[in-house]
This record gives sequence, structure tokens and C-alpha cells, in this order.
Amino acid sequence: MILSIGMALLGGAIIGTAASVLLYLVGRICGISGIVGGFIDPTTSDKAWRLAFVAGLLVGGVLLARLAPSTMQTPIDHSLSMVALAGLFVGAGTLMGGGCTSGHGVCGLTRFSTRSVIATVMFMATGALTASVMGWLHRSTP
Amino acid sequence: MKVVVSSFMSGLLFAVGLGIAGMLNANKVIAFLDLGGHWDPSLGFVVAGAIAVHFILYRYIMRQRSPIFGEHFHIPTRRDVTPRLLMGSALFGIGWGLAGYCPGPGIVSVTSGALPPVVFSAAMLFAMATFQWLERLHVLRRGRAEQC
Repeated sequence: MILSIGMALLGGAIIGTAASVLLYLVGRICGISGIVGGFIDPTTSDKAWRLAFVAGLLVGGVLLARLAPSTMQTPIDHSLSMVALAGLFVGAGTLMGGGCTSGHGVCGLTRFSTRSVIATVMFMATGALTASVMGWLHRSTP
Repeated sequence: MKVVVSSFMSGLLFAVGLGIAGMLNANKVIAFLDLGGHWDPSLGFVVAGAIAVHFILYRYIMRQRSPIFGEHFHIPTRRDVTPRLLMGSALFGIGWGLAGYCPGPGIVSVTSGALPPVVFSAAMLFAMATFQWLERLHVLRRGRAEQC
């Protein structure tokens, strides 16, 4: 648990650094749903930096998959239809709510944005409720 | 070009941070959100570490007149708490709790070669594109939400 917390702090610090690099050099908020949503939106014109950021995410993923594959674990006990439903909720919810864990959770909380604080409390609450109910259902079925 | 390289480096760093933090392990994320069973609170420290670093650097960065390779900072300015913000965030949380993926980890995990993150990311992009299409048709009233 101590190691897990240490890794969480270190990884978090790297995420905070990544967000700072993007803001300092490019002037953009490091919110993944906003970056991706803007990239696929045909009405936005600033595609290059968004595509480059996503390419960076994927290259980082390839490095991790090669060097530390144990860091990537898919959800056990989940059907693909459940995962697809989750993706639909996350896609629609983050665009509707204007941000996700990175945009509201990290960047928004850092700025003490009221909208982001409320959004973060909301998605933490519904996320915990959903995972807890799912876990309870799973544990109570033999 | 400098903007593209900077964005790429930020994305790369972000993915590595997610991996080290444990955010790419969907079961660990679910164990963090599932308060019954064997609760694993360690992922709460990811946001603590991220905010601690970004909080200090943010103050320094915002004292600059402009970003190094850009004309101005794009910082969200809206302060109104709308039903749309609440409903969207609630919906996102339900999806996050269902499979343990939020947008960043979902996309990064596509490179693992496993099927679930590919299905998750495809569904997420489909929902985003559909949502934007409905917005353009003005089916959904209210202007576009400022994206974080």
C-alpha cells in the first residue's frame, strides 16, 4: 500500500508536470476529453496540437506496453457490451459536462474553479456509487 | 512545429504519468471507486500529486504574458453552474465507475493490445461525435459548453 501510494504521488506529479508543459509552452489546458473532442469536431480548426498530444499519449502507451506491461490491466468480470456502454456514457458525459478527470479534476481544481470543483464532486460521487453497487452485486452473486 | 513537438511531449509525459500512477489498471481504478470490498484508496494520491506540482507551476506560468509558443493562454472563464454541467459530470462518473476508464487511460490503454480499451475508446469517440452532431442540429439547446 505504501509503495502504491508512492507510485500514485510520483505518477500524479508527472501528470501535473505534463499539464504545466502544455500550458507553459502551448497555452492550453490539459483536459483529455476537451482535446479529443475538439479534434473530432469538424467545426474546430486547431487540429495539429490536438493530434500531436494524442500521438504523444499513444507513443507513451506503446513504451509502457513494452517496458512495463503490468501497468495496463483491463477490467476483469466485465463483458464487452458493459465496456461499450461505459464508453458511451463517458463520451457523452464529458462533452456535456465540459471536462473529465484531467480537465476538471487536475487543472480545474488547481485554479479553484467553482464549476470544476462541483463537476469533480459529482463524477467522484456517481463513479463511487456505480462501482460500489456493481461490486456489491458481483460479491452477492455466488 | 514547436507547438506540435511541445504537445507531443506533454501527451507522452501524461501517458507515462498515468502508467506509473496506476491509472491504466482498470481493476485498481474500480477498487478505488468501490467503497465496499477491498477498498484501495491509493489512487486518491494521484490527483494530490498532480495538483501539488501544477499548483506551484501554474502560478509561475500565469505570470508570463503569453505561452512560449502561443499568442495567449486559453483558460476557461465560465463560472455558472448549469444543469448541463451537473448531468454531464454525473453521466461521466457512471461510465467511469462501470469500466474503470476515464478518457485519458482509455485512449492510452488501446496500445496494450487488449480488446476492452479499444471497444471503450471507440464507443467514447462515437458518443462524442454523435453529441456534437446533435448540437450542430440544435437538437440540444444551450450553447456549447466550455471544454476543460
